[in-house]
Amino acid sequence: MPLLPLNEAIATHVHDGDSVALEGFTHLIPFAAGHEIIRQQRRSLHLIRMTPDLIYDQLIGMGSAARLSFSWGGNPGVGSLHRLRDAVERQWPRPLALTEFSHAELALAYQAGASGMSCGLMPHHADTDLARVPGAPLRTVSCPFTNKLLTAVPAINPDVTILHAQQIDAEGNVLIRGIVGAAREAALAARRVLITVEERVEQLRADMNALVVPAWLITAASIVPGGAYPSYAQGYYPRDNRFYLAWDEIARDRAAFTAWMERHVLGVRDHAALLRALGVAA
Amino acid sequence: MSAPGYTPDEIMTVTAARHLRDGAVCFVGIGLPSAACNLARMTHAPHLVLIYESGTVGTRPKVLPLSIGDGELAETATAIVPLPEIFAHYLQRGRVDVGFLGAAQIDRYGNLNSTVIGDYAHPKVRLPGAGGASEIATYAREVLIIMKQTPRSFVSRLDFLTSAGYLEGNGARAAGGSPGGGPRAVITDFGVLRPSAQTEELELAALYPGISVEAARAATGWPLKAAGQIETLPPPTAADLAVLRDLEARTRTAHAQPVRINLRN
Repeated sequence: MPLLPLNEAIATHVHDGDSVALEGFTHLIPFAAGHEIIRQQRRSLHLIRMTPDLIYDQLIGMGSAARLSFSWGGNPGVGSLHRLRDAVERQWPRPLALTEFSHAELALAYQAGASGMSCGLMPHHADTDLARVPGAPLRTVSCPFTNKLLTAVPAINPDVTILHAQQIDAEGNVLIRGIVGAAREAALAARRVLITVEERVEQLRADMNALVVPAWLITAASIVPGGAYPSYAQGYYPRDNRFYLAWDEIARDRAAFTAWMERHVLGVRDHAALLRALGVAA
Repeated sequence: MSAPGYTPDEIMTVTAARHLRDGAVCFVGIGLPSAACNLARMTHAPHLVLIYESGTVGTRPKVLPLSIGDGELAETATAIVPLPEIFAHYLQRGRVDVGFLGAAQIDRYGNLNSTVIGDYAHPKVRLPGAGGASEIATYAREVLIIMKQTPRSFVSRLDFLTSAGYLEGNGARAAGGSPGGGPRAVITDFGVLRPSAQTEELELAALYPGISVEAARAATGWPLKAAGQIETLPPPTAADLAVLRDLEARTRTAHAQPVRINLRN
């Protein structure tokens, strides 16, 4: 498992047209990696994430994505993701195809992908309109044992899953602490796994049942302190709720959004420079 | 008439909190549901078990989270479980008593839309989508809904059915085999709507002090029926308001804290 600078990890392992899952449920969102994808101007990506959050608002607004698979596309506790909305409602800066799930369905799709299954199954009840959308990914089948109706959700196997985590040890094993969402399933479903971490330690002091991703499952790792900002890394820094509130205003307007991205993402060398420019790091 | 000493938001939140019994296991949506659930836990229901979809089980936040996954929820939780587990082993398995939801639109049978306004392929407004709501609506033993009542949000026909209430009413939900009990109450800034025992259509069941039936009807996009007897709900107590305002003040202070990151190496 090579330890690479983030720009090299993205250059080597994320390609135009790839399906890419940047996971981490509110917590440990790999912002630094997403920004590096924007800097390297990847195009026609199929972005997959349960909660697109600000990082996919930014990728979509910068024209990196052709398709989005997701289950909840808002700014948590604040309101809309305006760039996502603009792409869906007015095709700006380019059209964005949607594959839409509920949280339970998308988590199941990752789980199926991680298990080598072609689909995952859950009980079927009243159809909602999500199942009736043209191109909806869901099918109804009956249980071979009970004849009860089941909903089948097709497996998701991203070309690349990217996670952010707290620590990597000398052997390249990675520790994730706190809210884990479906990060584990998304990583194990992927063909390639990239991980950014807060810091390198000699030895992980992990509890026996902690979430540790063994080095041999990881394609490449990069050390990026603050790499989840403005989301958070439990034990390192809290979620910058002020930034999430401020983003509503920045993203509402195409010109304000573009200017912010040019100055803070395209106009800086790396994530540390962004954190310094925002006054978050010294 | 003198001002009542509380805002419409406050009496709505306090009324919602009063619907939660101590010891219940509650799956919480963000925003107004989260405020109501934590107020209940800090007042009459100290043993309320709060579950957020981020997998935080039995969480006891001191300030309201902005997102469903703030660190505050993780630090104060009994357990943090992976997301597939919270939906499959807790919710789908029937271990949640109360699901607490909001939405952009509701119809007379308590069905909810949080997906789009307008046509799905060419929406006027693209809303965030289902998230956990559709499974919460299906599996929770009962569902509480908290929404501000306006003709634009209380509609005769949903633009999109995201989460099932009683579907077309008259037993349609149960006939479809949904395990959960469906919406028990819709708490608004006018009062409370409850489903009719026969038709399952939402009826105006209770009003806040000083609010008229006509005002509630004018804020509803379908001809709102009234229950035989309309209860007048008690106002918030001074103690309720003190706890709620203190919680909101602590929350504002916490969310305004600047973040500092130490760039090691």
